[in-house]
Amino acid sequence: MEGTQARHEALGLDEGDLLRMYRLMLLARRVDERSWILNRQGKAAFVISCQGQEAAQVGAAMHLRPGYDYVYPYYRDHGIVLTLGMTARDELLALLAREEDPNSGGRQMPGHFSSRELNIVTASAPIAVQFPQAVGSALAFKMRGEDGVVLACGGEASTSEGDWHEAMNFAGVHGLPVVFLIQNNHYAISVPEPLQVAGSIARRAEGYGFPGVEVDGNDVLAVYEAAGEAFARARKGEGPTLIEAKTYRLTAHSSDDDDRRYREREEVEQWRLKDPIPRFERYLMENGVLDEAARDRIDAEVREEVREASEYAENAPVADPDSVLEGVYAEGV
Amino acid sequence: MAVRTLLQAIHDALAEEMRSDERVMVLGEDVGRAGGVFRVTEGLQEEFGPYRVLDTPLAESLIVGSAIGLSVNGMRPVAEIQFADFIPPAFDQIVSEAARFHYRSKGAWSVPLTIRVPYGAVHGGALYHSQSNEAYFCQVPGLKVVAPTFPADAKGMLKSAIRDPNPVLFYEHKRTYRLLKQEVPEEEYTLPLGRAKVHRRGQDITVCSYGLMLQYVLEAAERLSGEHGVQTEVVEPLTLYPLDRETILESARKTGKFLVVVEANITGSVAAEIAATVAQEAFEWLDAPVMRLGTPDVPAAAFARPLMDRLIPDRARVEEAMLELARY
Repeated sequence: MEGTQARHEALGLDEGDLLRMYRLMLLARRVDERSWILNRQGKAAFVISCQGQEAAQVGAAMHLRPGYDYVYPYYRDHGIVLTLGMTARDELLALLAREEDPNSGGRQMPGHFSSRELNIVTASAPIAVQFPQAVGSALAFKMRGEDGVVLACGGEASTSEGDWHEAMNFAGVHGLPVVFLIQNNHYAISVPEPLQVAGSIARRAEGYGFPGVEVDGNDVLAVYEAAGEAFARARKGEGPTLIEAKTYRLTAHSSDDDDRRYREREEVEQWRLKDPIPRFERYLMENGVLDEAARDRIDAEVREEVREASEYAENAPVADPDSVLEGVYAEGV
Repeated sequence: MAVRTLLQAIHDALAEEMRSDERVMVLGEDVGRAGGVFRVTEGLQEEFGPYRVLDTPLAESLIVGSAIGLSVNGMRPVAEIQFADFIPPAFDQIVSEAARFHYRSKGAWSVPLTIRVPYGAVHGGALYHSQSNEAYFCQVPGLKVVAPTFPADAKGMLKSAIRDPNPVLFYEHKRTYRLLKQEVPEEEYTLPLGRAKVHRRGQDITVCSYGLMLQYVLEAAERLSGEHGVQTEVVEPLTLYPLDRETILESARKTGKFLVVVEANITGSVAAEIAATVAQEAFEWLDAPVMRLGTPDVPAAAFARPLMDRLIPDRARVEEAMLELARY
């Protein structure tokens, strides 16, 4: 490598940035793993997982300005909300449906993110409804002449919905500052990509008149690069970009799903070899950013953070049952 | 005071709100250059430009969905669904999204969004420009559904809807756009959502109605008074959801005879909820069964004029129902 520029240097990332990305990916993984343990212990009713998709999420979310840009995550985007500033504690409070859950105070399932402070717009369960909303928020930025960007996320199956088409079309018509991040993990619960997606998702963007790129979603630097170009275009008023990040869901769809009914174990094991976290770790070690001692220290810190968060969340109260009746309508003007 | 039609009053409310608040905008199909298929938004794009009066692609889910996204990023959108018949593609965005943002985020997000919905049967409208489907939305917590009949109420309530921090569906009976005229105050005013109105006092029967049917009820009430000596109290809900139950119940308890008239298909209509409320809460005051009149459970409304006329309640059927109640 001597004499040549490392990939991250070409992207303007210093060691601090790289270690931050690594730590966030690891934090998302460890929070996720802890969630499954709490589920198996009978403490968490439901888990929806991000494992395997951390690179796609963290790589893109690094470009967001928290509280300024708008974000419409989908239910696996633990890596995105952690990058924006949510904490392990926030995540586990949501998992256990506690009053302090910042998304909904225990009203929604885990993974239905919301934060007014971070401009994470409240999410629901029907697929792809966030895309028309996202382009509306992007239009507001454009109308006011602001350089805010909207990040709109979904899985590959969300592109089967009409709402995705309506939003892509509208984004193209008005050249809106929106980045569509499609994490193609190859499965919609059990339905595999060949039964879900005709042709290429990325190439569909051309039909709407804006760029679409396909990127290795398990390579955090590749995602960072593609998203960087997309965000820069949007901020300069050059319009939307579609990013299709090819990745893989390493767990079952959720804690209520058994993926052995529809996925061969060999396939899952093959993808485990491409796990984005060890892969980034190897890159960092090869480039002298990380050694084994530093890796072990970071992992220990992350594990302690998650342990503390879990303990906190387990001891946190649920909301007053009577509060279920409150807050149907907003007050005032 | 100036005489304005319902259509003009709605136009005026939009223009005034857009002048006083630059966050207010209009979006929908044909609302810009054409000024709307009914001309409600005529002249607004010339005054406010192509973005604040935005001609959208023909995509109802996008119209409402993008309006939600605008509303959470600082705007006050007024989305137009060209005909109530075309609202089903936007159903998900209205009932699962706009209605629930506030509750599901425990108050962090709210959706200050108004959706204008021209409804009701007109000759020639046929099966897909005629429906009265307001009841779809009258069991959705988080939504407000309003349907004022007369120009002055419509103007004041539309301004309140635009300023309201919640999603409001604003149903406008398109047959009455130019039919109903009245003096409308020229000075600034708003009227609160959630309050019913008593149009006419009487002690013999109560009739609750809205839209074109309300106009028929008021005309029939005059005739019943003159020809039969029956004094009718007429109540307009104005807001269909959540209902102003107290005003309706007060009248029902006073007269003891209650009829609700709607243009919608009768089963599961707003009339059903109003009738159930009166039956449950005013039972001991009643001297007759609670009565309902509406369109039979048949798709509304056939294209051929005599077929539509056979289906939708007309002046004669409204008067007949009122007389039947009075004679009970």
